[in-house]
Amino acid sequence: MSIIIATTIVLAVVGLLIGLLLVSANEKFKVEVDPREEAVRECLPGNNCGGCGMAGCDALAAAIVKGEAPVNGCPVGGEKVAAQISKIMGVEAESTGKHVAFVKCAGTCEDAPRKCNYIGIQTCEAAAIIPGKSIKSCQYGCLGFGSCVKACQFDAIHIVNGIAEVDRTKCYGCGACVATCPQHLIEIVPDNSVYAVRCSNHDKGATVRKECASGCFGCGVCVKQCEHEAITVVGNLAHIDGDKCVGCGKCAGKCPAKIIRVR
Amino acid sequence: MRHNTFRGGVHPAAMKELSCNKPITYHRAKGEMVFPLSQHIGKPAVPVVKKNDPVLAGQIIARADGFVSANIISSCSGKVAAIEPRLTSSGLMAPCIVIDNDGEYTMKEGIGVETDCAKLTSAQILEKIQAAGVVGLGGAGFPTHVKLMPKNPDDIDYIIANGAECEPYITCDDRLMQEQPGWVVGGLRVVLQLFPHARAVIAIENNKPQAIESMRKAIANEQRMEVMVLKTKFPQGGERNLVHAVTGRKMASTDLPANLGCIVDNVTTLAAIYHAVCLNEPLMEKGFTVTGDAVAEPGNFLVKIGTSFAEILEAAGGIKGDLKKLIIGGPMMGVAATDLNVPICKAYNALICLSEDPVELAEEQMTACIRCGRCTRVCPVGLTPQAMAVAAEKKDFARYEKIHGLDCLACGSCTYICPAKRPLTQLFKQTKQMILSRRKR
Repeated sequence: MSIIIATTIVLAVVGLLIGLLLVSANEKFKVEVDPREEAVRECLPGNNCGGCGMAGCDALAAAIVKGEAPVNGCPVGGEKVAAQISKIMGVEAESTGKHVAFVKCAGTCEDAPRKCNYIGIQTCEAAAIIPGKSIKSCQYGCLGFGSCVKACQFDAIHIVNGIAEVDRTKCYGCGACVATCPQHLIEIVPDNSVYAVRCSNHDKGATVRKECASGCFGCGVCVKQCEHEAITVVGNLAHIDGDKCVGCGKCAGKCPAKIIRVR
Repeated sequence: MRHNTFRGGVHPAAMKELSCNKPITYHRAKGEMVFPLSQHIGKPAVPVVKKNDPVLAGQIIARADGFVSANIISSCSGKVAAIEPRLTSSGLMAPCIVIDNDGEYTMKEGIGVETDCAKLTSAQILEKIQAAGVVGLGGAGFPTHVKLMPKNPDDIDYIIANGAECEPYITCDDRLMQEQPGWVVGGLRVVLQLFPHARAVIAIENNKPQAIESMRKAIANEQRMEVMVLKTKFPQGGERNLVHAVTGRKMASTDLPANLGCIVDNVTTLAAIYHAVCLNEPLMEKGFTVTGDAVAEPGNFLVKIGTSFAEILEAAGGIKGDLKKLIIGGPMMGVAATDLNVPICKAYNALICLSEDPVELAEEQMTACIRCGRCTRVCPVGLTPQAMAVAAEKKDFARYEKIHGLDCLACGSCTYICPAKRPLTQLFKQTKQMILSRRKR
């Protein structure tokens, strides 16, 4: 019986001592956490997608509180989250508008035929290093193995008929697909821009025509049509500046290759 | 008898019987000849001719741009038809000089005039090699004059003539050594003159007894040359493996053979050196094998550089039966071709046409890695392909570099031996490219 009592007392004393030690350690080595950091973290979506360029949502929250990142640093959360965070931080959020991913290729299975029977690792990264840099006739175009599909955390990008298509309602413009595409075909554009050139082929017109039925051959008709100087042709390829484009659609009507399309 | 060799390696079916008994045929191309400006490692050459200029065979049509670069020499006479981007065997458009071949092959003056190389100084020899546009003809295409100017020429004690020809199917080096051993010996004599402390070793795999015999006869009176018989094993002809097999010296991944006192040159390159220095004949033609079970008459050719693959295939009787796969180079390290209307460059040595695609068969049987470790056993570099594959699939580039994944030669031994038929080499090539492009950024 006495053993039981002795054991209980010893354990109680040891427990009390350790408890006191922990309490004092907690007081002495306390890390000051800005309460705003936790609040900001609560507002962020929590996908840890890395679209902001930080290691995850925690890292972004810390950076915002330290002032190292803007309050609208989270591309996924968009304006709603930015407004909440700016309220916590007590600053005015600049409105950036929603951004989405855009695939600059329209070379579907019919338009850009395959030039070889590719067998091997079924990823875009692997197919991009074969001789000719592509399984399609065009070396610049979408390979269609869906590395971007795997990278997307929001189920917003899919391979449809051999090319990647973005579902604008689901896309948050985090940029994960941009980083993974070995052909560098994906661009983040403002959601309100309407028209864009769906091609990335820089070859000369005659070559492009041979390679793909929906390729830009840099004729410049669109440049003449545009009244807002939003279109430029660089390296045989037209590009529409989303910020200048008003969405009149004149260029799309005149494009002989029909590759200026409503996104 | 024990033969010198290296650690690791595989024994793919040699398949050399298809063409090893066919004597070298001299092939004169007709029609258009295409000369890419970049047929070597280093900066592309700069054209020195204009459209409609007449050219003679042996004339320099593009000059080396800088030290690590090489001249491009017209292999035919005719007129410059265009200087424009053309499809090359890389599958991409690249700037090329196109010459409308008149079929006469009128030579530039002074070509074929014999010169006694013993009377030339080292500087003169190197200048001649450089002017002749000689590059490593075994496949790498590294400018030969650069290779022959190591930092300490006195430290070079081995000149290794690479006659291993370890890739299956290819037989052009074998035939060259059998038919023209004098060219190889002539080239070696020139190189030995540059390196007074060196001796030459002609390294040949033991599956080429006739070539060994022929080379032994040719060097009977040479004091500083010997023939070394190597074990038949892929990749015996790889530079590192060859240096190890011949000298026993181990090369680190950062080493060049010259750091270990060796100069390694392919036998075809040596023949080109002989022609350049002793016969004043620049690099215009080279040995080429057209083979495979889908070729009507497999054979060996002495082909003009700039000829299209389609034309040389026609010279070999064209395709018979089903054609499933075209490979430029050897089956282990070569690349698949999609279009044969591309020119033969300096560094190409074979076209293989197969009626069956081994990659397709392998893919059907692919399973998960069974961790048998055979890839590690055969890797000639001493890497662990299994661990590299795990890191590569996870895109863990830091880990991939830590286990020396970047030292991979892409020789294909691991893919060949893998019982689970995993496409390891492709994965490693892809990962290497991704890491290097990330570094550039």
